[in-house]
Amino acid sequence: MSESAGPLAAATAATTPARRHLRELGRDGATMAAVAVVLLFALMALLAPWIAPQDPYRADFLRRLQPPAWIEGGSWAFPLGCDALGRDLLSRIVHGARVSMLIGLLVVVVATSVGVLAGLLAGYLRGWVDVVISRLVDILLGFPYLIFAIGLMAALGPGFLNMLVALVYKEWVLPCRVVRAETLAAREQDFVEAARALGASRRHIMLREILPNILSPVIVVATFRVAYVIIIEASLSFLGLGVQPPTASWGSMIADGRQFLLNAWWVSTFPGLAILALVLAINVASQGLRDVLDPRFAR
Amino acid sequence: MSPIKLLERLIQLGFVLFGISLIVFLMMEATPGDPVEIMLGDSLASAEQKELLRRDMGLDRPLVARYLHFVGNALGGEFGQSFFHRRPVADLILERLPATIELTLVAMVVAVAVAIPLGIIAAVHRGGLLDRLASVGAMLGVSMPGFWFGILLIMLFAVRLHLLPVAGRIGYSHEVPAVTGLLLVDSLIALQPASFLAALGHLVLPAVTLGLAMAAILMRVTRTAMLEVLSQDYMTFAEAKGLSRRRILVRHGLKNALIPTVTVAAIETGSLLGGNMIVETIFAWPGLGRLVVEAIFARNYPVVQACVLFYAVTYVLLNFVADVLYTVLNPKVRL
Repeated sequence: MSESAGPLAAATAATTPARRHLRELGRDGATMAAVAVVLLFALMALLAPWIAPQDPYRADFLRRLQPPAWIEGGSWAFPLGCDALGRDLLSRIVHGARVSMLIGLLVVVVATSVGVLAGLLAGYLRGWVDVVISRLVDILLGFPYLIFAIGLMAALGPGFLNMLVALVYKEWVLPCRVVRAETLAAREQDFVEAARALGASRRHIMLREILPNILSPVIVVATFRVAYVIIIEASLSFLGLGVQPPTASWGSMIADGRQFLLNAWWVSTFPGLAILALVLAINVASQGLRDVLDPRFAR
Repeated sequence: MSPIKLLERLIQLGFVLFGISLIVFLMMEATPGDPVEIMLGDSLASAEQKELLRRDMGLDRPLVARYLHFVGNALGGEFGQSFFHRRPVADLILERLPATIELTLVAMVVAVAVAIPLGIIAAVHRGGLLDRLASVGAMLGVSMPGFWFGILLIMLFAVRLHLLPVAGRIGYSHEVPAVTGLLLVDSLIALQPASFLAALGHLVLPAVTLGLAMAAILMRVTRTAMLEVLSQDYMTFAEAKGLSRRRILVRHGLKNALIPTVTVAAIETGSLLGGNMIVETIFAWPGLGRLVVEAIFARNYPVVQACVLFYAVTYVLLNFVADVLYTVLNPKVRL
């Protein structure tokens, strides 16, 4: 290293891209607030059995449709009121966070891994591999999301695991498209050329050279998709095709409340607010992340 | 678009349609349980009778033969018999389709009517209070689960304020002679203003619910397109010529900004269709979406299969039309 490069090298060592991104994110108030809300929900999901004030499954018909605490007839032991079986709404919402968070994260992580791999193979190897993968992507894109999930859930039957499978089936397509396009661009660049000239294996080039360089857009897409998958999960559960009772899930809780809109508005309203808060927070946080990682999209 | 490009797209379209039919076919092949048992329910059919029915339905033939049979029938508009209604599935779909089309169209009108003015206002006042309010609104719109929003609307406007009906398509007291199947149109043809108003009243809440997410997306597209147009030289030139601001915006700005908006609207119509299962379920709307959901719970697989196929094919065709439309409107874009 020459003398003149010294200070520069020191400066770049002090501000790695990751640290710079973090600092930029930290300056954005809305994004930080959104991240805080997401973390709060994550904590809630993790610690549900310890922080929920009541047993979410204990039915008590004396408390049937008991209103929230601040309305006459309510009690602070059941702050958000009770559902038609007299179960504590707050505790069910806290536990419901587990289903939403778990499905959202698992589906996106699995689907992104599959999509990244498929996209790398299609974009780097080209040829028949690309043709097969790309055509499959075209076909899957031809299904509206919910109808595909509903059709598959009808075939597989309801339940947590089947929902995971149904959603991953369709979800991997998006990251695959992104990665394929980025890989096509990256494979023509000098650093890939150089690695190839040095005799690096295809596997090394794909995973060690290309992948780290195209990770930003993949992460951005993935964070946005968590929000979308959470809404789809809630929709499936709302229709009765998702997680089965008595497991608490926000979508099915909203469905439970539909019969009581006249006399117990709280049963449907609060789980919906939870979905809105979490999805909104994820969307805002993703937008902040995108503006930092992928300045092409900055408004 | 050059004829070769168009041909290429058509071949690709054919391939996608083939793949979709295969997936839908396999999906229903994977369903647990014997269709014959489901169809007969608890009836006391003998083993021979069941065998006869199975052969009658072609269930004893090999997979490939059944697939070809399925595609051949589907091309002829023949989707088999519904397990329970004992009627051709195609008839059921055709019967439910007008309600879904009417809801989708009105939802689109609602979305466009909200989104385009808001998008323009946001772009013109870029960075201002209105712009920020609009973008918060758009964020809320895409983050709100549609079914919950629909329920809130029902609670407020139907249950509390009694302003609008809770569910259904038109009151039972109205008898509208069917011409197009779209009640708004038919009631006008029959000169029944009361029925028209009743149908419109029933449409408001479901259409707003369905149109919400689309309005949010369209608003963003309009805003971005308008910002792009506003920065063009010809806009500065028009201003320099001394044209009034309103005239510049409408004559020069809007015309160009509408191209991407129209395309996205066309594409989003497909997803509106895909989202209507939920809305139709909430509002007891007698359309296709409700038919699917009912069919799933009744394990009425021929209906589910036909509907999923129908949805997917419509979606792909709409996207294709939107793509072609986009290149025709906007020659700079190559397909």
